[in-house]
Amino acid sequence: MKWRRRRTDEDSPSPGRPSPRVVDPVDIPEGDPALAVFASASGPVDLDEIDLESPALERMREAGVQLVVPLVAQGELIGLLNLGHRLSEQPYSTDDRRLLASLASQAAPALRVAQLVREQEQEARQRERVEAELRVATLIQQNFLPRDVQAPTGWQIDAFYRPAREVGGDFYDVLDLPDGRVGLVVGDVTDKGVPAALVMASTRSVLRAAAQRIMDPGKVLERVNDQLVPDIPDAMFATCLYGVLDPTDGTFRFANAGHNLPSILVDGEVTEPRATGMPLGMLPGSSYEEVEVTIPPGGTVLLYSDALPEAHDSDGRMLGFAGVRDAVSSSDGQDLVGHLLRRLEAFTGPDWEQEDDLTFVVMQRSTGREHVSDDPGGGSVVLRIEAPSIPDTERQVAEQVVEAASAAGLPDDQRRRLETAVAEAVMNAMEHGNGFQEDVPVRVAVRRDPGALTVTVEDAGLAGAVPTDVDRPDLEAKIRGEQPTRGWGLFLAESMVDEVRTSHDPSGNTTELIVRLEEDDA
Amino acid sequence: MPDLTATVEHADGRALIVLDGEVNRTASEPLRAAWAEATVDGQDVVIDFGKMTYLNSSGIAVLVGLLADARVNGVAVAARDLDDHFRHVFEITRIADLMEMETSS
Repeated sequence: MKWRRRRTDEDSPSPGRPSPRVVDPVDIPEGDPALAVFASASGPVDLDEIDLESPALERMREAGVQLVVPLVAQGELIGLLNLGHRLSEQPYSTDDRRLLASLASQAAPALRVAQLVREQEQEARQRERVEAELRVATLIQQNFLPRDVQAPTGWQIDAFYRPAREVGGDFYDVLDLPDGRVGLVVGDVTDKGVPAALVMASTRSVLRAAAQRIMDPGKVLERVNDQLVPDIPDAMFATCLYGVLDPTDGTFRFANAGHNLPSILVDGEVTEPRATGMPLGMLPGSSYEEVEVTIPPGGTVLLYSDALPEAHDSDGRMLGFAGVRDAVSSSDGQDLVGHLLRRLEAFTGPDWEQEDDLTFVVMQRSTGREHVSDDPGGGSVVLRIEAPSIPDTERQVAEQVVEAASAAGLPDDQRRRLETAVAEAVMNAMEHGNGFQEDVPVRVAVRRDPGALTVTVEDAGLAGAVPTDVDRPDLEAKIRGEQPTRGWGLFLAESMVDEVRTSHDPSGNTTELIVRLEEDDA
Repeated sequence: MPDLTATVEHADGRALIVLDGEVNRTASEPLRAAWAEATVDGQDVVIDFGKMTYLNSSGIAVLVGLLADARVNGVAVAARDLDDHFRHVFEITRIADLMEMETSS
């Protein structure tokens, strides 16, 4: 149905009658006493009959309102029909009032529905905007984090990044520099979401460019700071630690723009060398102190973001820098990332909601005792993929993993076993971890360490924990119909590789499949 | 879409189910249909795995379902042409204990 207002000559006012005119709308502030009167009225109300101190009534009278018809839906006042004088100058009759009351009783529910629809549309649009922004921020961030971290011979470099639900501004980078040197970057932009992701992306680009031209890490940060200051939004800045490793003699020369101190672990002793400098993007012309340390064989450097010291336990106590030192010094030097994650989970308990991005970059110098192959994949991640959680697609993922693992030294006779193990772990992650939500990926990485290949399968833990019970399924009970015929996955995976480790934390489930390799010394 | 075709032939008083493709979750339908056809006269069954390209835990669950049916109906089941990897899988899951192992040659 359409309402049309026709304007013809017949509508023109007759001589001697007042012209029809629209009464101006009047805003009534919340708390005005007139509202209570209208809300409780049983029908149209004559303004002249209300004896009340009310600014709103004053304004309504000034606007020429004579009769007010409250619109009430489900006991709630949702609007008013304000009427001026009748054109005839006669008072409103009983019939008029009855008609208006009936009109109001029918219009009010319809108006309420329209209001609700509009509110919901606004909420939905707002939600969509927030979700779209999150997707964009995640995309920017993940596109700029290195996928394959190449370690120089004799070193192992391991990076770990886990975004918070509302993406923060963490970033890390590993740079190939002239003369075989390696640049390591860890940083954190204040703020979250798209603005932080954009500042992070530009910081990274500027730093990458500067690092190729300038050797001194302090000078690199000076350059980055000077380029960021004019562009960075007010009240935003980035902390950043940048260091250059010479893998041949183990010297690590770094400068620090307000980031956490690096943590260096040698023979169970932790040191935290300090180099001073302002965060990037705050003050033009800042300069950055440089400090050089030498990492002996077996030594490890850890760079990390705030989410680690700021993690808190169930009583709200923070882990703090002392807690980080304890966690690092209790490591045996092997798999420091895994060790820190386990310590973190033990400290926070399983219900911790990670409020900020969690980033570690670990660089370890080999002891020189184990054989280090010249294999370019030695001690590093050789494949990182994300697969959407779609039923019956695990095989493609497993095939990619096996290709990468073969290139990194997996013997041919282990290929199909690894394929089966990866397929089962990925299926579990897609189904039990991600509930087959297509847009929630399963993350798979293949890492080559001296003597072992490790495939890591991570999910978002949305649908709960993946099974961790690896007891042999009871075939007889299944045959007799006493147990479901399913439930073979983890057992099968466990039987196909040398070791399976499963862990669960607030961000999801992790399954590690480990194949030990016989290093050949040829 | 199943990635498997399962065809049934009859020879030497036994039914032969030839599998071609992937034995995963989607194999349930073609496998059960073939099984119903093969066992309609109560014959023993040979399953030819020579063209099976993939087997996962969901596919194992489907096979266990068939073996449960075989147990109830007294049907003997043999497995033909399992390659080394699939034979290993059958052994560790102990499905191998429930099937006679054969080669086609």
